[in-house]
Amino acid sequence: MTDQMQQAAAIEAPRNPTLSPLNQRRWLNFKRNRRGWWSLWIFLALFLATLGSEFIANDRPILVSYKGELLFPAFVDYPESKFGGFLAVTNYRDEFIASDISANGWALWPPVHFSYQTIDTYLPYSGSVAPSWLMSWEEFCSRYPAQTADPNCHMGNYHWLGTDDRGRDVLARLLYGFRISVLFGLTLTLFSSIIGVVAGAVQGYFGGWVDLLFQRFIEIWTSIPALYLLLIISSVIAPSFWVLLGILLLFSWVALVGIVRAEFLRGRNFEYIAAARALGVSNWTIMFRHLLPNAMVATLTFMPFILSGSVVTLTSLDLLGFGLPPGSPSLGELLAQGKNDLQAPWLGLTGFFTIAIMMTLLVFIGEAVRDAFDPRKSMA
Amino acid sequence: MSAPLLSVRDLTIRFGASEATRNLSFDIAPGETLALVGESGSGKSVTALSVLQLLPPSAQLSGKILFKNQDLLTASPTELRAVRGNDVSMIFQEPMSSLNPVHTVERQIGEVLAIHQGLRPNAARARTLELLDAVGIPDPKSRLSSYPHQLSGGQRQRVMIAMALANEPDLLIADEPTTALDVTVQAQVLTLLKSLQQRLGMAMLFITHDLGIVRKIADRVCVMTKGEIVETGPVAPLFSNPQHAYTRHLLAAEPRGTPPATDPAAPTIVDVADLKVWFPIKRGLLRRTVGHIKAVDGIDLSIRRGETLGVVGESGSGKSTLGYALLRLIPSEGRIVVLGNEIQGRSWKAMRPLRADMQIVFQDPFGSLSPRLSVDRIIGEGLAVHMPKLTPAERDGRVVKALEEVGLPAEARFRYPHEFSGGQRQRIAIARAMVLEPKFVVLDEPTSALDVSIQAQVVDLLRDLQQRHGLTYMFISHDLKVVRALANQLIVMRNGKIVEHGPAADIFATPRSDYTSALMAAAFDVAVIDAPSLDPPVAS
Repeated sequence: MTDQMQQAAAIEAPRNPTLSPLNQRRWLNFKRNRRGWWSLWIFLALFLATLGSEFIANDRPILVSYKGELLFPAFVDYPESKFGGFLAVTNYRDEFIASDISANGWALWPPVHFSYQTIDTYLPYSGSVAPSWLMSWEEFCSRYPAQTADPNCHMGNYHWLGTDDRGRDVLARLLYGFRISVLFGLTLTLFSSIIGVVAGAVQGYFGGWVDLLFQRFIEIWTSIPALYLLLIISSVIAPSFWVLLGILLLFSWVALVGIVRAEFLRGRNFEYIAAARALGVSNWTIMFRHLLPNAMVATLTFMPFILSGSVVTLTSLDLLGFGLPPGSPSLGELLAQGKNDLQAPWLGLTGFFTIAIMMTLLVFIGEAVRDAFDPRKSMA
Repeated sequence: MSAPLLSVRDLTIRFGASEATRNLSFDIAPGETLALVGESGSGKSVTALSVLQLLPPSAQLSGKILFKNQDLLTASPTELRAVRGNDVSMIFQEPMSSLNPVHTVERQIGEVLAIHQGLRPNAARARTLELLDAVGIPDPKSRLSSYPHQLSGGQRQRVMIAMALANEPDLLIADEPTTALDVTVQAQVLTLLKSLQQRLGMAMLFITHDLGIVRKIADRVCVMTKGEIVETGPVAPLFSNPQHAYTRHLLAAEPRGTPPATDPAAPTIVDVADLKVWFPIKRGLLRRTVGHIKAVDGIDLSIRRGETLGVVGESGSGKSTLGYALLRLIPSEGRIVVLGNEIQGRSWKAMRPLRADMQIVFQDPFGSLSPRLSVDRIIGEGLAVHMPKLTPAERDGRVVKALEEVGLPAEARFRYPHEFSGGQRQRIAIARAMVLEPKFVVLDEPTSALDVSIQAQVVDLLRDLQQRHGLTYMFISHDLKVVRALANQLIVMRNGKIVEHGPAADIFATPRSDYTSALMAAAFDVAVIDAPSLDPPVAS
């Protein structure tokens, strides 16, 4: 090894731990939009909270100490035989099990003792039940075996936002529904961005016939009335999370193609692209190392809007009854119930406010991202 | 000297914390031409804009700008409007972007006349015709209804001049009015300006970076650097006996030297026969090809090892296209043999092993480096393609060596292109080509985006690299001064064809074709020689 090379090896390339100056300026611009900045934090707080829905609303305890043994029912399915019963899955809300546990140890419950599909059997009346705090303690406990003296008549069994027509807790369904909507939206956004960027990149970079044919194909594809097709497909195929994702992906990937294609069309004539071609760099490397960073700004600016669009599509399918399989927690299903049962305004109002607030937060975040990447602001 | 027409005193222009100019003072007498000379960033354009208060609001000005004893710095917007375009008018650098693309020539000139003289349409039309005639636009009547895109660059700049002269101003501010033009057109426009100035007796503030133009057109000159005037005086004495170190540096900076001698028996590296690049013109519903734009039309050339072939011509002559076609960056027809390999018809993949031997350096150092990659990744990219077996340490060693060869420190490899000046960036671009140890390099106007003093350094660097590694160059340029310093052989191109071909020294001494002699007169003496229809044909 020569001296020079030893020297070169000695100097490790310094990895910049912080953001590049340009990205720092973008981050500052993002922060400067106070509305978007706060929206981001509120949204992240809500999302993180609902990610831990099992710890907020669940029909099993988080932690159980039973005969000196520490159990985690929230994560592990214990057979009922463990507690002296005979069912394959323990129903911790059952009085027999509950008294057995309290006699042999203790249980740590989440604040709400219902999961999204728990049916409350002690409701004061049938049908959708109003939020518990709207009724007296006596009324709330009227169906429990020992009325107000019943050990199960406690705040943990309160329905803060009422129940739906099948006696399921709305707050629990809301938490799980929010989570599944956002996760669905994020997954759909991720996949449609990947497909959209690749398709746009190929069209823009190669141009010519590839571009021409692909563009015509997309024009035909986007002229298909997507919602009706979705209705037809989902009535043929049994819908599940991944099936729905696949069906929606068929149409949502085109959103990004246009802008990425435009960026690549513009970028492929840059001199540094010609320089890379003259070096013999392969097409795919040029596309992803040299051109994609240019298109990333447009892509990232669009992403929050694609996310909110995905959530809305899922909700509307659920509202029409063609969405997630029956029984899943979903905001659209909540809205549908609110629409069918106008006597129970807590259903419709909860659904409306949740979706309105979620969309508002996402749009505000999107606006702040757009500001952050605005070259007139970030370059100045 | 009579009372000055324009008198600038202690002018300081600030943008935020940075000073664009510091305590500038100069005078212009009626009928006089004052040239402001300096390199990019010296503050000369900002000074020109400040006279008519055309700077963006973020600029803070202090000092005095007295025009006919009226301080323009404190004048009200109404008073300023009376001066702008009437007593003082301006010509800008880019004739395409300084004319409104959706207005006809008649409307643009008529607007100035209507605002300041209140002329009725008929009178304005007559005056417009008179002006177009004065600036030498052939058949002015038919040009009245033309839009800017229908005119050539030279014609557009003439229309700009006609607009500026419409109200017979006392002072004309010309901000690099010929920089965007070809040399022959530049010579015509300058000659026109000079004769109009004499006829109308107006004063002129002429901003330029080109010392040749200053010599030709100016009475007095102010040399500016870093926002300050370092030397002022009449042109001839100042040029023959410069006092300030910067002036001497600027005068010495013109590319000098002669190309290294070559061996006439050296093997041929590049051989091209009947090379054609035709772009089809498609019309109609079915996009049928109705004709071709012949960018490169049947070129034959050959270059021996160690030789530099200069390719000169005006914009649109097809010289850059020729370079791109030679490297197979754009499709072409005809035979191309490089280093004994027939490369026409090879697939992209089959070309790749040859790419290390044939490299290119581009014109614009700001556009040719990817802004998001660090310098070591830019230079190392070619190594990764052609020598994938190198260890990271070996690759780094080669990058360092390439940087040292072009005169940059090894630490430069960790930085990003935007942290470098234009000249340094061009060195990085050269290092990127040189790190592969190519045998043949196409240099596509590598100096024309650079300041003169940096041009000379880059020319010296290129000549040095050629001697050290026995490189073969094809040097494409419109700048004959630079070509003279580098080229052994010369090709003069026009409209895609070779006009003249031979040893560079012979052509520079005794050009055979009219076109070549017109080009040389314009480039070296800023003089106009009539060659048949020098304005490039206008695309319709």
